[in-house]
Amino acid sequence: MKVKKKHTREIAGIIILFLFVILLENISGVIPGMPAILQPTSPLFTVLKKAAVYSLVAVSMNLLNGFTGLFSLGQAGFMLLGAYTYAILTVPTDQKAQVYYLFGGCAFDFSLPDLFQGIFGNTGVGSAVSLILATLIALILAGCVAGFFAYLIGIPVLRLKSDYLAIATLGFAEILRAIFQWQKLGPVTNGANMIKGFPTFSSFNITDTTGNTILRLSTFVPFFITTVCIILIVCLINSSYGRAFKSIRDDEIAAEAMGIGLFKHKMLSFVISSFFAGVGGAMFAMYVANAQAKAFTSVMTYEILLIVVIGGIGSVSGSVLATFLYVACSEWWLRFLDSEMYLGSFKVPLLRNGFRMVVFSIVIMVIVLFFSEGIMGDNELNLAGLHRRFQRKHSAAKKERE
Amino acid sequence: MDNKIALHLENVTMQFGGVVSVNNLSLDVPENKIIALIGPNGAGKTTAFNCITGVYRPTNGLITFMGEPVVRSHPTGKDAKNYKGENADKYAKESILSPTPDQITKLGIARTFQNIRLWKSMTVFDNVLVAKHMRAKQNVFSAVFRGNLHEEKRMREETMELLKEQGLDSVKDELATSLPYGLQRRLEIARALATDPKLLLLDEPAAGMNPQETLELADFVKEIRDKYKLTVFLIEHHMDLVMNISDYIYVIDFGSEIARGVPEEVQSNQKVIEAYLGVA
Repeated sequence: MKVKKKHTREIAGIIILFLFVILLENISGVIPGMPAILQPTSPLFTVLKKAAVYSLVAVSMNLLNGFTGLFSLGQAGFMLLGAYTYAILTVPTDQKAQVYYLFGGCAFDFSLPDLFQGIFGNTGVGSAVSLILATLIALILAGCVAGFFAYLIGIPVLRLKSDYLAIATLGFAEILRAIFQWQKLGPVTNGANMIKGFPTFSSFNITDTTGNTILRLSTFVPFFITTVCIILIVCLINSSYGRAFKSIRDDEIAAEAMGIGLFKHKMLSFVISSFFAGVGGAMFAMYVANAQAKAFTSVMTYEILLIVVIGGIGSVSGSVLATFLYVACSEWWLRFLDSEMYLGSFKVPLLRNGFRMVVFSIVIMVIVLFFSEGIMGDNELNLAGLHRRFQRKHSAAKKERE
Repeated sequence: MDNKIALHLENVTMQFGGVVSVNNLSLDVPENKIIALIGPNGAGKTTAFNCITGVYRPTNGLITFMGEPVVRSHPTGKDAKNYKGENADKYAKESILSPTPDQITKLGIARTFQNIRLWKSMTVFDNVLVAKHMRAKQNVFSAVFRGNLHEEKRMREETMELLKEQGLDSVKDELATSLPYGLQRRLEIARALATDPKLLLLDEPAAGMNPQETLELADFVKEIRDKYKLTVFLIEHHMDLVMNISDYIYVIDFGSEIARGVPEEVQSNQKVIEAYLGVA
């Protein structure tokens, strides 16, 4: 009974969040004269979309680094696999010649959206259904490909410990990136060029027959996918397997002596984490509307690692919180650091292109040195707990007044 | 010793480089008995335990559990050239059996550690609950999609029961490492019991305990032996404890057996006294 009650509250919270996101991105269409920040071109929505994508990858990395204690740096590689799988499967057939023009067309002319449009038709509801189905299946397959490669690379690599595992997975990600840029694979991966033309988040905006947008869903879609995935990860963490992962993190030798197969459970965590990194990669491709190996460098992995550290290793809500903060800072709030600024005739010193990264580095150092626990440590954000704390403070203040 | 043999070691030798830690050790642990392995510091007791529990693959020898061969090894590679032990060819024709520690635990051999190894970030309850994971009938999908609610409930109930029996239910929500030392030891034993063992290996269970706690521990070990129908094989330094609870004692020094017998025999054995007190 108690459990059920708790879940209804969580479900209600998620639905409210979804409605809020939909409202936020449609309010400028409904009520004219909204401030620039709520217009569809506002950086707010860029941040929300990117943060939704990144938070899934950050949580998937936290599952591995924070909950299983495996220090892996291969996240960008698995994202790349996911992004390419999604892109290759969903580029419409009639666009392939154009996308792959350097290689004389794609090696195989198969496309999920076309396949479903053949079944459901390409107008009205039919096209919507085929778009949703194609995206869904492509996302799952993107995760599966990433998971499969994680399994293959996991066999030799998961026997390594800490730093060695990090180096091996980092190397794996870099090798993957090089392979995907290889010209000989051009007919499949389009070499070093980008793949585009596949459905993106904006494809989910509902338009009327004249092409005017009726309902924007381009921010809601990444929120929805990420929420579903994070719920799955949280369910895993709270299950018997999640506890086994934590026991491996705390003490491998004791875990093994209590009958928890190290290799099996590490592999499980690695494959699941990579699966969601793959889904995240596919979403990243949807976000930037192209898939290009160049984007998935180790810098991306470090960015995500940084988010995980800031949020707190071993805290899902910390990772999500940190992602939104980090993305908002890097894409929006701290952008001003990159451009020269004049206060009257006074030129503010230091501000120039790249200074943002300097500030970031300092922030990171401060966090690592003084707040090594991150925002949340290994605690979870708990609305009920916050409420209770607030009440306690409130009543304490009241007592004082009396 | 007319009971069925639970654990049987035969010519077990463990050699690290040029050092022979366990040399040609053969012993029997009969069912439902409390058997002790004693010896001075560095005698190779914990190494012997690590061979039994799969942490190390012994260089040579055979270990059977409930009549089934579990570990079987012979010197290979570099060890074959440098092997200093005996019976080098005895097991050479048979295949090497070297299960991982979790496979051994699954057979029903549970252990505790000399330096307590509880999971630090978990509560007392979770520490025991994790040990139930091994025997749960579930897979990842049923666990994620909550298809194993029944199994989960059973695990939690059994854990709670076990904690109550061990008198740990009042501290079940505290962090394992915040408990006093004696309770941590007790929790480690409870955790080992949660894996449904037939044989319990205790590595210096009384280390760091005062005489009062040691006395309590002796009763406790006997109690769990009877309650769970266990066989207990323990390493210990406290002679009072060993003499009090053991049915049979093996004494090793420098890896080799120097004496065996019931407590009275061992106590009066000249070799044992020399090993412990040194020869003048």
